[in-house]
Amino acid sequence: MMDNWKKIKLFLLRNAVPIVFILVSAVAIPLSQFSVDYLVQELLVRLSRNSFLVLSLLVPILAGMGLNFGMVLGAMAGQLGLIFVSDWNIVGVYGLFLAALIATPLAIFFGWICGEVLNKARGREMVTSYILGFFVNGVYQLAVLYGLGAVVPIRSAKLLLSRGYGIRNTLNLDNLRKCLDDYIPFSIGEIWIPLATFAVIAVFCLFIIWFRRTKLGQDMRATGQDMAVAEASGIRVMRTRVLSIIISTVLASYGQIIFLQNVGTLNTYNSHEQAGVFAIASLLVGGASVTRASILNVFVGVILFHLMFIVSPMAGKYLTGDAQIGEFFRVFVSYGIISLALVLHAWRRQADRDAARSVQRSAVADKGAEK
Amino acid sequence: MERISKFVERAGWPRILIALFLLSLFVIAPFVGVRLDSSINDTLVRFGMNGVLVLAMVPMVQSGCGLNFGLPLGIISGLIGAVTSVELEVTGIVGVLTAILIATPFALFLGWCYGCLLNRVKGSEMMIATYVGFSSVALMCIMWLVLPYSSPNMVWGYAGKGLRTTISVEAFWQNAVSRIGAFRINEFLAVPTGMFLVFLALCLAMSLFMKTRTGTAMTIVGSNPDYARASGVNINKMRTLSVVLSTWLGAVGIIMYEQSFGFIQLYMGPFYMAFPAVAAILIGGASVKKAGMINVIVGTILFQGILTMTPSVINNMIQTDMSEVIRIIVSNGMILYALTRATKVRS
Repeated sequence: MMDNWKKIKLFLLRNAVPIVFILVSAVAIPLSQFSVDYLVQELLVRLSRNSFLVLSLLVPILAGMGLNFGMVLGAMAGQLGLIFVSDWNIVGVYGLFLAALIATPLAIFFGWICGEVLNKARGREMVTSYILGFFVNGVYQLAVLYGLGAVVPIRSAKLLLSRGYGIRNTLNLDNLRKCLDDYIPFSIGEIWIPLATFAVIAVFCLFIIWFRRTKLGQDMRATGQDMAVAEASGIRVMRTRVLSIIISTVLASYGQIIFLQNVGTLNTYNSHEQAGVFAIASLLVGGASVTRASILNVFVGVILFHLMFIVSPMAGKYLTGDAQIGEFFRVFVSYGIISLALVLHAWRRQADRDAARSVQRSAVADKGAEK
Repeated sequence: MERISKFVERAGWPRILIALFLLSLFVIAPFVGVRLDSSINDTLVRFGMNGVLVLAMVPMVQSGCGLNFGLPLGIISGLIGAVTSVELEVTGIVGVLTAILIATPFALFLGWCYGCLLNRVKGSEMMIATYVGFSSVALMCIMWLVLPYSSPNMVWGYAGKGLRTTISVEAFWQNAVSRIGAFRINEFLAVPTGMFLVFLALCLAMSLFMKTRTGTAMTIVGSNPDYARASGVNINKMRTLSVVLSTWLGAVGIIMYEQSFGFIQLYMGPFYMAFPAVAAILIGGASVKKAGMINVIVGTILFQGILTMTPSVINNMIQTDMSEVIRIIVSNGMILYALTRATKVRS
């Protein structure tokens, strides 16, 4: 009886975030008055659009580096790829492929920098990667707003600001819009399914499963559990950590390319910022913690988080007569959920630490008594 | 030579580079047609506006809670005070005092809750503080729409409810503090004495407080928690006290900011306000674990100086406004530098 109760308590504590989310959604969905068809369609689109970005967060968590807020660096690399491809006017899936090809070396470079910086800030990787995102955002703006068109030639005047250099605030990705989603046209009844994108995501999931079993994957797990022990057993800890960030950054750049081909417009100076916050919030909503995340967490998270995203403005509108309240509520929820998950995690860690200390202390006391 | 290298080591390269950059901006300014006296005036005003917000970093850094990225919590309390004081239509210096008085209980309560939260998450304070700040700003966005304020100076005209995004305090208490003892040197240069006096008084009070029994205990908690525990200091109590103090200073800081700026910025206004304050104190030479009054004053002058000078000087030089980008790179670069350096010192 006691045992069961403990198990339930542990389960509730572990899954507190998704449970809260399911409860809120359960109230909000009927309030929003959306039809089931509409919701399913929207969710499928958002699942195909966001999953890849969220999946890119898994590798650094495995390596014990927490949530990689530095994934926005990858997103920026992906956007640079897209800017060049739209300048060269390359159409369709080949364009996407080329964009990914351009983004890869950039993302590797960014990831390498990010990894090296995070190695210098061990123990506070998350804040550091977060600020690093802001910092590189400044460098990105410097490059895109002043460098492109002035230093690096851009041929198409459509892309440039009227002053002759710098990229416009919004780019229409007409050549690339939905080209991956519609590569294999498929729909069930009224519901459109971006099959090719899901195929890419599936391949990627298999990659993650395979990767965890490789030597490098195992090294990362060991590093994540205890750096000192990993170091002692001959793993090059610092290198492993940098590699995990590089992989994550490269994948994030692909994720951003997939995301933007679905959306069809690139907000040159904003798209990447949102990518980080929403991806991390989704993963946490799915029940992942800072140290433990699975592929299941990703999909549950994307569905729950975006369900809230679709439903809350309308629910807010019908509930209070003001759509803006729903909008603000949505912002509050995305930030609130990250705070909640971070707090729960840190809380548990501190409780563990205190418990460990009291065990140690009582052991010392026992020894003293023996003497 | 040795003294120079020692100075460089103590001040750190980034700080020296920033100081040199600012100095060169001031030197170039007259040659590109920027009036030096009006630039100095702007720098002084901005220094006074932001000083208290930067000072709000000190207690939490000293007690080992790290940089207060949760400053928006204090700012929100200040905003509640400011908005209520405008609602009550008190003018002049009394209006500012009313705002501070009303903000205080909110700041103390929110600060206390925030402190208790941070005590349970030792080691990840900064990340959590950032997100607590963000979520509280988002929550307050809803509150600004819902709270029953009704002064026609503040609510949306057509709906008759819900506060506006920016509210002017010109008719109430703009420059009420700055004006005290202010004097003009010429047409372009005036010194907002009152604002400086308040700022310096708060700095002095803080440095005196840090020398008292409680203040010393707070510093010990930050620099060596084990030693603090062994000497019988209640760590959690000291940390909570420092957070309450930080939050209250944040509330006072934003009111000082608004009385000089002339506007109350609601909704997403306070969202990123912690970052300039964090950057300023770091530029002044503070680390994640140690901060003093000199850091606050030097940092605010340097950081605000750059913010004032870059738009005008660079704009006149190359006819492009790069100030926003420079601000992002300098402030975040500085935070990044501090975060990566602190571990080096420790290990």
